[in-house]
Amino acid sequence: MRLEYTERQQRFRKEVRAWLEQNVPKQPLRSFDTEEGFAEHRAWEGKLAGGHWSAVTWPKEVGGRGCDLIEWLIFEEEYWRASAPLRVNQNGIFLLAPTLMEYGTEEQKQRFLPRMATGEDIWAQGWSEPGAGSDMAAIRCKAVRDGDHYVISGQKTWSTRAVWADWLFGLFRTDPNSVRHHGLTFILLPLNLPGITIRPVQQLNGETGFAEIFFDEVRVPVSNRLADEGAGWQVAMATAGFERGLMLRSPGRFQQTAKALVDLYLRHQARIDADPSIRDAVLQSWMGAEAYALATYRTACRLAKGGQIGAEASTNKIFWSELDLLMHETAMRILGARAELMPHAPDAGDIGRWLDGFLFAQAGPIYAGTNEIQRNIIAERMLGLPRS
Amino acid sequence: MDFTFEEQQVAFRDAVRKFLMVEAAPEMLREIWETESGRSKDLRAKLADQGITALSVPEEFGGIGLGDLDWVLINQELGYYAIPDSLSDTAYLAAWLLTRLPSDVALKKAWLPRIANGTARIAIGHPVNPFVSDAQLADLLLLWHDDEVHAVQRDQVKLSFNPSIEMSRRLYQVKWTPSDATRVAPARIGRELWEGVLNRAALAVSAQQLGLAQRMLDLGIDHSAQRKQFGKPIGSFQAVKHQLADVAVKIEFAKPVVFRAAHCLANNRPRAAVHVSHAKLAACEAAWASARRSMQVHGAMGYTWEADLQMFMKRAWALDAAWGDRAFHKTRVAQFIFAEGTALGPGETFN
Repeated sequence: MRLEYTERQQRFRKEVRAWLEQNVPKQPLRSFDTEEGFAEHRAWEGKLAGGHWSAVTWPKEVGGRGCDLIEWLIFEEEYWRASAPLRVNQNGIFLLAPTLMEYGTEEQKQRFLPRMATGEDIWAQGWSEPGAGSDMAAIRCKAVRDGDHYVISGQKTWSTRAVWADWLFGLFRTDPNSVRHHGLTFILLPLNLPGITIRPVQQLNGETGFAEIFFDEVRVPVSNRLADEGAGWQVAMATAGFERGLMLRSPGRFQQTAKALVDLYLRHQARIDADPSIRDAVLQSWMGAEAYALATYRTACRLAKGGQIGAEASTNKIFWSELDLLMHETAMRILGARAELMPHAPDAGDIGRWLDGFLFAQAGPIYAGTNEIQRNIIAERMLGLPRS
Repeated sequence: MDFTFEEQQVAFRDAVRKFLMVEAAPEMLREIWETESGRSKDLRAKLADQGITALSVPEEFGGIGLGDLDWVLINQELGYYAIPDSLSDTAYLAAWLLTRLPSDVALKKAWLPRIANGTARIAIGHPVNPFVSDAQLADLLLLWHDDEVHAVQRDQVKLSFNPSIEMSRRLYQVKWTPSDATRVAPARIGRELWEGVLNRAALAVSAQQLGLAQRMLDLGIDHSAQRKQFGKPIGSFQAVKHQLADVAVKIEFAKPVVFRAAHCLANNRPRAAVHVSHAKLAACEAAWASARRSMQVHGAMGYTWEADLQMFMKRAWALDAAWGDRAFHKTRVAQFIFAEGTALGPGETFN
């Protein structure tokens, strides 16, 4: 065990920090769930790509930097420390890209990855359907083979960023006689094809962070299929592993929030200590963020030595989503009667971001596989309990 | 950056684990409970044969000269098998303390080789604990007095036994009189030494709690796979699954906290004491959660004397406040994070 950064890693951190100090916008961008904000965030992705920072773990040939996971963690720590903009293309860069690298053809990698790295193509996910949420194997949206095309009909829902995104990746039923997780295929498609209707869905904060997508005989070339026909479930599970496992929520995010929470508590301490449970919650928050960082480093080091991400990916998802809730609930309790103020309220000052974070934290235990589904996975695959 | 243990460390751990699986079965622990001393000479001798007592005695005194990281692995096993012996008090804490006494102290030569070969028991009295474990069997007691270190023979102390709900614990109130003759280190040296003992002891308890948490989880898994209701193993019901999954999450996220503490302590990092307190809090929480959930999964069986769960559960409850209760360790963490000028946030994890 050696918990020190190498000279090279320290130099890398300095380089990241210097670039971010030069380039992170001084004014926060508008929300990427608004049209203008989306455009601002797309431009930021382009700027990151200009410095080769948009996808640091990818190979250089497709727009990355060839970083290992420790360097990725360092990059992320600096990124959150600098309060840099949220990543509008995270579904593509962190979730689709690892899958594409594992299952895609050379042609597909060359076609999709560089444009993803620059933000020219922003990606949305197409998993959930009205009848297929936690039970994802109940997917019905069909893709019928017609020559060298699939003809897609049906509906996807809760598709994050889909209102303004360019492309979608998801699972479709290519074998009409199949059931459950058989007969599903992983398909990539541009969202401007004829026959696609996108209906924005307003979220808790009033913005349109996700959308329903209707497909009416949408023709997609077979070359847009990832891996074999019928292999979609296996491919999708790999994506889900990345999502829950490591890359969706890097620890820097929570450490930065924990630090802000400690500051917030100290500013309000005189009033707040009348409720000692708040001080305790702040303490728990900081310890939780540290634990999450340590667990992630441990996983990264095991992967570097040839290990695999297994069901512990599910423990991660439960842990960070519950931690995020704890931190934002605690912030709301500290802010007291002002916590409800909208960010643009004249007397809100800079506290509005806590409300934003609080609302978003509510979704954490639901998206990327509900925490109940994660507990089933842990119980069955990690602890070996019998299936229901 | 390498957050994994060395192959050699893991191999030693595995050997100890195999040994304890055979030599420390629950039936045997129950037999030892019934003895007056609560300790087994035979078991202690076998543990010495495994090399555990020599683990952190320097090589010049007949030991192996290993340190905090090795002990974290071994203490997890001692917890998992609920070994009824204050082994790490002698072989880890006393060895560490004696080794760091001023070089002219004859005590080192007299006791370190005996620790290494397993023939000495040394008890430790520190003000954070109201009682001294295993004082009745101790050949020597190392006692705190106003930050001084005193080495006291057993016939120089008056003991009164305080039974614990945990049958393996042997707790004693120790009355003694400090004198120039018993003092082996003055306060100016002793202060730092006692801080070192406290941190290592709290780390040892953290690692044992991780082992206990895992054992109680395993017992819960076994029970829920075997016990049938409504025609199915109860482990197939989500309400039961989720109880145990929550424990797995707590253990998974307590482990690296404990490992960081061990590494930072071994390398004299400035934040080591804070990391130890964090480790103690995280591991104790995991252990208590595991006790509660495993008990619930066991149903009424969990409330019986017969079920083995009790020996691990009671140990976990008792160790929660050993070497600093939660208030003590929370205060240490709070004083750090709420202090002016403390650097928190991303990138500060390994300081």
